[in-house]
Amino acid sequence: MEDPWSTVHVLFQVWLTVLVFVIMVPAMFGFSLGVTGVYIKILVKTLEWATLRIQRGCKEQPSLPVPLPNGLLRRDGGSMEQEMAAKGEFALSDAFYFYRKGMESIVEDQVTQRFSSEELASWNLLTRTNHNFRHISLRLTVIWGLGVFIRYSVLLPLRVTLALIGLSTLVIGTTIVGFLPKSSVKNWLSELVHLMCYRICARGLSATIHYHNKENRPKKGGICVANHTSPIDIVILANDGCYAMVGQIHGGLMGVLQRSMVRSCPHVWFERSEMRDRHAVARRLRDHVAARTKLPILIFPEGTCINNTSLMMFKKGSFEIGGTIYPVAIKYDPRFGDAFWNSAKYNMVSYLLRMMTSWAIVVNVWYLPPMILQEGEDATQFANRVKSAIAHQGGLLDMSWDGGLKRGKVKDTFKEQQQKMYSSMIVGEEGSDTPGTDGLSDASAHEQ
Amino acid sequence: MGSTNSTLSKIPNVEELMQETGFTPAHIVRLYDRFEALDKEGKGHLRPQDFGEIRELAMNPIGDRIIAAFFSPGQEIVDFHSFVKILAHFRPVEKKRPRDAGGPELVNSRTSKLKFVFQLYDQDKDGKISRRELLQVLRALLESQVTEEQLESVADRAIQEADTDQDQAISFEEFRKTLEKVNIDHKMSIRFLR
Repeated sequence: MEDPWSTVHVLFQVWLTVLVFVIMVPAMFGFSLGVTGVYIKILVKTLEWATLRIQRGCKEQPSLPVPLPNGLLRRDGGSMEQEMAAKGEFALSDAFYFYRKGMESIVEDQVTQRFSSEELASWNLLTRTNHNFRHISLRLTVIWGLGVFIRYSVLLPLRVTLALIGLSTLVIGTTIVGFLPKSSVKNWLSELVHLMCYRICARGLSATIHYHNKENRPKKGGICVANHTSPIDIVILANDGCYAMVGQIHGGLMGVLQRSMVRSCPHVWFERSEMRDRHAVARRLRDHVAARTKLPILIFPEGTCINNTSLMMFKKGSFEIGGTIYPVAIKYDPRFGDAFWNSAKYNMVSYLLRMMTSWAIVVNVWYLPPMILQEGEDATQFANRVKSAIAHQGGLLDMSWDGGLKRGKVKDTFKEQQQKMYSSMIVGEEGSDTPGTDGLSDASAHEQ
Repeated sequence: MGSTNSTLSKIPNVEELMQETGFTPAHIVRLYDRFEALDKEGKGHLRPQDFGEIRELAMNPIGDRIIAAFFSPGQEIVDFHSFVKILAHFRPVEKKRPRDAGGPELVNSRTSKLKFVFQLYDQDKDGKISRRELLQVLRALLESQVTEEQLESVADRAIQEADTDQDQAISFEEFRKTLEKVNIDHKMSIRFLR
């Protein structure tokens, strides 16, 4: 029976045409038809309605636990100094401060919070982001159901197709360009191919990216440094410029991608054995930067994915290479989808699936003015300076915790710091030499 | 879809727990989520090592003592009930609760909090804080920052000030008297948002 087949055939052709003309061509040439803009506006209106509905529902049912984006506890206690009974003297109640702090950290600690997804103040109609989903109203549930249908049966196939096209074009395109002899034409073509394919991939995620301060965009021979939330960061940044990626060579599909990419322009891929040798890594990066004509290197100094509410400590290795650092701040809008990759919970494939079934990815990218190592500054101080600049611009909390704490244990030096602080309060800076008195007053000075 | 009710029904004897501790259902659910997060292997109970994973606790000078407070002597594990009951000591004091004459002492009353923190010092639970026990706490708080002589003089002075019956140790009554003017509710309470 040929009728059903011909209908399918026609449908498929329509599908392909739509795909090519409405989505891919504009993507490749970097202009937009405005469809995504309209989509986002509709989404925002729907989500606002949903939020109001939930708030009303919460008022009517007071036993519903409310989402807590700022965490569980109200930490309005004073600093260590304010809580101690009397300066220069030990009081039995001094221990209470540490006791309370300890209990607070048992209920909720600042570090673990950063490695799990941000809790939203309102619900964005994705069940995965709501711990406390409860039936509030029929209308809300219907809209949610509609949302599921649209996301999984309309958006997902579209996005998967686009992503596949984008990636295969990248492999094929870069391989072809790789055959050309070294010349400026080759570089230009390679940049074109890379940009085009990344743009298609970005459409494959329904990503709306706003770039700010484009005049500070990283230049050749520099090092681009950004905060890390997910593997998608690379696609986001590469939509607006070409970078030399740094990373480990993988096997399988990733490996194919990596090998073809390096044929058209020099990326820095390491063998697993090389990665362990810090000096070898640093040397290769330094060579890359020294040849000022090569593309800027893209590095994520946190070393791991953080949940986009804060910045963890930057590893100083990238800041010792020399060269100009171009900091970039990336902030995802959590209303449309949670971009954080919790590698302990999800593997790459399920993560990508989650990304492709979110509403959209809306992201702001700020290019910050370039920074260089200053006189008398060491790599750690430089790294912290860059980190504060990025945190300030992106509206992220600047934390001094090490991203490696995701997996490892706390060093004893932290405990010593606490002890040092406390001792300076009750004993004084270097501990006075008069035995017994240490500057204590005669009259027992208890708390007011 | 995780709803409050379904989480609450997972917890055995949750009504009794709420009665004893005074936590609201929403708080119990939050604490249960936290308990499950700390119990990485899903055993249903926590061991001291699970607490040791909390970074902020590891850098607390008396972190080990705080962890020990959760485990009754001889016990190696703590279940959710005990976990919540210990944390209940840190609930803010309720001023509006009607006084039932003869009713059981609330777990978060001023006296209960004081008794709880007394045990922080009095590790052998003999009802008195001896000089040695006080020194141990001071050593934990100050460790290598001061000399042993300085530690001892601080301890001696603290005992001198509190010890009214001159037995070189601080009993619970003397402890309570010393801290008469201290705002225990402020210092020993954890405030939950909403």
